[in-house]
Amino acid sequence: MNKKVEPQDRKILFSQNVKVGEKNHKGQTITDPNILFNEMEREASFLTGSEVIRAAIKRANLDVSVAYPITPQSEAAALIGELYAEGYVREYFRGENEFAVMGECAGAAFGGSRVFTTTAGPGTLRAMENFPMWAGSRLPIQVCVTCRGINSPLSIQPDTIEMYYLLETGMLVWHAETAQDLYDWILGGFMVSEQPDVHLPLALCCDGFFVTHTKDTVMLQPDEYCIPPYDPYRSPVPCMDMECPPIRMMRDPFVMKSNYISYMTHASWQQEIHAAVERSRKHTLPIMNGSLIDTENIDRDILLVASGTAVSQGREAIRLLEEEGIEVGLVKIKSIRPFPTEEVREATANAKTIFVPEFNIKGWLAREIKSILSNNERVIAGPHVAGGMTLPSEVIVEEIKKSLGIKGETFASHG
Amino acid sequence: MEQYQVVPGPEAFLPPSAASMGIVLPDPGEAHIEGRIVDEEEAYEYAARKLLGAKVPTIFPGPLVLWKWNEKAAKKAQAIRELAEALPARLIPMADYRPKYPKIDAEVEINPNHPNLTIWHNKIDVCIFVGVHCHQANLALKIIRGGTDCYTIALCAQAGHEDACLSFRDITPDKIRKLTAAVEKLKKEGVKSQATPFKQFKMNRQGRIDE
Repeated sequence: MNKKVEPQDRKILFSQNVKVGEKNHKGQTITDPNILFNEMEREASFLTGSEVIRAAIKRANLDVSVAYPITPQSEAAALIGELYAEGYVREYFRGENEFAVMGECAGAAFGGSRVFTTTAGPGTLRAMENFPMWAGSRLPIQVCVTCRGINSPLSIQPDTIEMYYLLETGMLVWHAETAQDLYDWILGGFMVSEQPDVHLPLALCCDGFFVTHTKDTVMLQPDEYCIPPYDPYRSPVPCMDMECPPIRMMRDPFVMKSNYISYMTHASWQQEIHAAVERSRKHTLPIMNGSLIDTENIDRDILLVASGTAVSQGREAIRLLEEEGIEVGLVKIKSIRPFPTEEVREATANAKTIFVPEFNIKGWLAREIKSILSNNERVIAGPHVAGGMTLPSEVIVEEIKKSLGIKGETFASHG
Repeated sequence: MEQYQVVPGPEAFLPPSAASMGIVLPDPGEAHIEGRIVDEEEAYEYAARKLLGAKVPTIFPGPLVLWKWNEKAAKKAQAIRELAEALPARLIPMADYRPKYPKIDAEVEINPNHPNLTIWHNKIDVCIFVGVHCHQANLALKIIRGGTDCYTIALCAQAGHEDACLSFRDITPDKIRKLTAAVEKLKKEGVKSQATPFKQFKMNRQGRIDE
């Protein structure tokens, strides 16, 4: 790297065309995000994750949201409808299906609007073609993915397999552990994804039900303040010009012109999207408390590395193990794209064994971690569950004890 | 591993984006020279020397400064014209980003989808991108680095371009004039422009007007 990106004193940049202190259409005061996020006094509220999405969007100076029902995001989508009725969100309607929703979001974003939507599981897959299209068109749309199982067989329960599909779409992909993460990152996510050198969609993922349908204490700023509006003049591509890319690309794709340079342009275009993902790193630091990962006791021989609510289960497992005198450290991964490669390498440098608990059948996070570590035989992909199963902390405890040759109570009969 | 440098090519059949090679963009008040982060002040003289040393220095103004869509754009365009005259440098517009078929007129226009054609045709050895939307600029800068030996300079109004060999950020008419002042200062110190003699071409809606 040509410059060490230090988190200290790194400010959130925003449009100079925006006048801080002015009122938005609803009378909320447009506030410098550095003050709103870091200095403003907050009050505790006891909310479900769905209600937290509503609370964040209330302060997000949002132009457009498009809704379509699918569990477990339906409640959040409906609550955003309330915000439309109250005048906080400027435009809101129901799409015909998830594919249509994402297309309608694209249209709104092409026109220069700040756009937010929600989806889950089969809805994410149904909409999939749109996600690389959003990224390729440099549309900074935010979609909250409340992860659940993918059909078939039918499961509406928590499962993070859909995140695996999102990893190479060119979107930013973040994974919230708690309702507080979800709240802070919805607001901060707009600030990162709308940076002119980033300007990409964000898939803000959380684990369905565990986060969306359980109540948690969340610290909120007063709702008479909001983040600055989206400034389309900072876009790295022109807005809604049918003669120019990216719109033109969709009706007259240059890749169809059969010559070498067209393919070169397409390849370079793709590289630029992934370059923009890389550029988001430094803008994400002030949103995620200075790092794309959180760490606890990483000097220990055994580490748990996880994202989403698997972190919470891991934290409890560590507490149970400590009661028995077994010391385990923790790495919480907050951003999956960009992936915190250097941070994870550094945090796991001294670990002898690395467990990666996950809520999906393939263990995609373990694969990601194995792919960046030199001596990756240290990485144990698991324990992982799928299809809506819970991942009791005791199962993580059992797995770690087994690796240490300690016979413990078996949880096999609980499966 | 050695730090990647953003230097003129031809680099590769498909060169990597500089960001994927660990090049981070400058922060406000900074610029980058070949991937090295420097104080913005240092970059003015470095860019001025590169431009004066070129045989075919060329400015590619993009749509954000070619059209008077606001007063700021007009002021920026004026400052660019002053820079072109001070050097001197050719002005070849990137009027829009449309893929043009069967081919562009490489002598009088540049297109982000095949910018190397314009570089090759005119034997451009140092160029400036200004007023080009960032996505299109990065695309073109990387393709130029891949297939030509042209030294690229970006005068970016936003966050800068790591795919250029040298990049300023947050560029304003005043900053463009600072670059012009650096050129004039070097000239006063005896640094001579190496540009081969040329005459700016003129166009109307029907095409090139040769006087």
